[in-house]
Amino acid sequence: MNLHFEAAGIKKVFNRRTVFENVSFSLNSGEILLITGRNGSGKSTLVKIVSDVLSPTEGKVIVREGERTLTDSRSSLLGLVSPYLQLYDEFSAEENLWYTIALRGKIPDIVHIRSLLKRVFLLNRKDDPVRTYSSGMKQRLKYAFALAHSPHILVLDEPTSNLDTEGTAMVKEIMNEHRDSGILIVATNDLSDVDRFDIQVDLNVAAHA
Amino acid sequence: MSRPMHNAEQWLRSALSIFKKDWHSEMRTRYAISALLMFVVTTISIMVFALGSESAPADVLSGMLWVVIFFAAMSGLARTFVAEEERGTSMTLQLLATPSAIYFGKLLFNLVLVTGVNALTVLLYTIFLAGFVVKTYSIFIWTIALGSIGLAASSTIIAAIIAKANTKGTLYPVLSFPILLPLLLTCINATRLATEGAFLSESFGEFQFLISYVVVVITASAILFEYIWKD
Amino acid sequence: MFKAVLFVWMTTIIVLALGLPMVAQPQAWYQFPIIPALGEKARIMFFHVPTAWLSSLAFVISMIYGIQYLRKKRMDDDNKSASAAGLGFLFCFLATATGAIWAKFSWGTYWNWDPRQTSIFVLLLIYGAYFALRSAVEVEEKRATLSAVYSIIAAVTMPFFMFIMPRILASLHPEPILNVQGKVEMNRTMLVVFLSSLAGFTGLFYWMWKLQVRTRTLELNRKY
Repeated sequence: MNLHFEAAGIKKVFNRRTVFENVSFSLNSGEILLITGRNGSGKSTLVKIVSDVLSPTEGKVIVREGERTLTDSRSSLLGLVSPYLQLYDEFSAEENLWYTIALRGKIPDIVHIRSLLKRVFLLNRKDDPVRTYSSGMKQRLKYAFALAHSPHILVLDEPTSNLDTEGTAMVKEIMNEHRDSGILIVATNDLSDVDRFDIQVDLNVAAHA
Repeated sequence: MSRPMHNAEQWLRSALSIFKKDWHSEMRTRYAISALLMFVVTTISIMVFALGSESAPADVLSGMLWVVIFFAAMSGLARTFVAEEERGTSMTLQLLATPSAIYFGKLLFNLVLVTGVNALTVLLYTIFLAGFVVKTYSIFIWTIALGSIGLAASSTIIAAIIAKANTKGTLYPVLSFPILLPLLLTCINATRLATEGAFLSESFGEFQFLISYVVVVITASAILFEYIWKD
Repeated sequence: MFKAVLFVWMTTIIVLALGLPMVAQPQAWYQFPIIPALGEKARIMFFHVPTAWLSSLAFVISMIYGIQYLRKKRMDDDNKSASAAGLGFLFCFLATATGAIWAKFSWGTYWNWDPRQTSIFVLLLIYGAYFALRSAVEVEEKRATLSAVYSIIAAVTMPFFMFIMPRILASLHPEPILNVQGKVEMNRTMLVVFLSSLAGFTGLFYWMWKLQVRTRTLELNRKY
């Protein structure tokens, strides 16, 4: 699959305060976008807009496959890891992933779920409720959540927050596997998170105080 | 604006999974169910104690039945949306399912909840309030069934609104009451007919009304839900 | 200019509505007929009916701009919608109060849950709920969306109310304009004054609405 991901003139206003405006970029499969900006510059807001969970005040995001514009839900193509994302506390990791797949209208496969959990090193805790997890374990589970439907676009907001060295290495590996075939969007101020990037959006420039 | 899902089967599975998830979660936390049950039990006890050995006329009791049902609904039906906002899982849900699947999944959940609670309310009501005698069961059963559907329909969309307004419980009855009043008045009227022993055909007007209310509210909700749901 | 015309127009109507004599068999152009069972108390309709009409009109306007907001996401539309609702609330209150005063003198009590009274009470509740919702939401865009959705939901259920009320309660409310017999009990003079009052009040509403929209816009721009 070869996708073209384009954001044109994105502007977001909250309570008459312009968070950022005129944010435009375009990406093709195999490229990495880096979003940077100081705290409060709207990194997470832009991530939400890119992931289609928040509407921009102006501008739009378009995904094209060749000449064809994909009008379908972007979320079927996209996996998101973000500090704002919460999983269901009262369910175990396995149940969370089961519902992740079922809510998309697919039939969950237990072998697939187990392989995801193994990948993020949570297989031995798969039956414990997420409530009992440490913040680092929750962060790992979010990766399993984001990868469950093998998305073409991977959006990572602060990818290594709360993670130990093992977890950071896991994230690096996931990013490496993903970047050649898919589109990778990373929002972070820690430049050691990314080995390379093709395009950078610096929200300090686009921000309005 | 709308995100059509090509596959109706996929949509249906998604909506049913919403229901299943909420049910599973409810079975684990018992938050809404315990609130609803305790409300019904305490309210009916208060009524029984207040009446003492007196017996209230059947038409007053028909009205009171719907007062209990309305406030019981207000104590538990907002939970399905408020819980998602409180735990911050609404964004997760947004990534996984279309707004319409979410709306219909949650509607089904509330419908099951409200039907169950209303069945219990009616049972306790007839056992403990001797003055409440239903003479035409067919009218009564239809009224409770259609009334439950209408109650679930209105309270689900209002629950979605108050969950986004972050006001928790206080505003819920305030916003719901004017919307539910036509439904409640009709149900009270039909219940009164049932206690008076009217013929089933006499209440067809009420049933027609309830059915069109349900259709209109669900249609409007299905269209408007997307605007509420997406920030 | 509009203000001056409106002022003269409304003054004339008040003078005519209160001043013209009521006689059993009106001969001259300036005489009002006596409507059976209403008498002099009929004069309240020149003020009561327009306020009731405006409280419904404002509700519809508020809903239309609410829909417009949902489609275009422009804060101006929300401003217009909220301003209309604010005035609607005011006129709804006036209609309820004038109605209750009239009821005291005609029916003997201020309030007796007549279908018309119940309907306007529900409209009052809807307006109240609408503003309670607005004050509970801090983010402007969210407030606009949620209140627009609420006004639409309220608007689609309101007709059910209009339909069910007469089935439950019989109304004693007079219908001198449109009644079952299809007979207009007003003479031409009365009708002209009545319709002019309706038009005048609608103009008054329009002027107040524009003013309100402008004030709100200025306030909001100053705040942010």
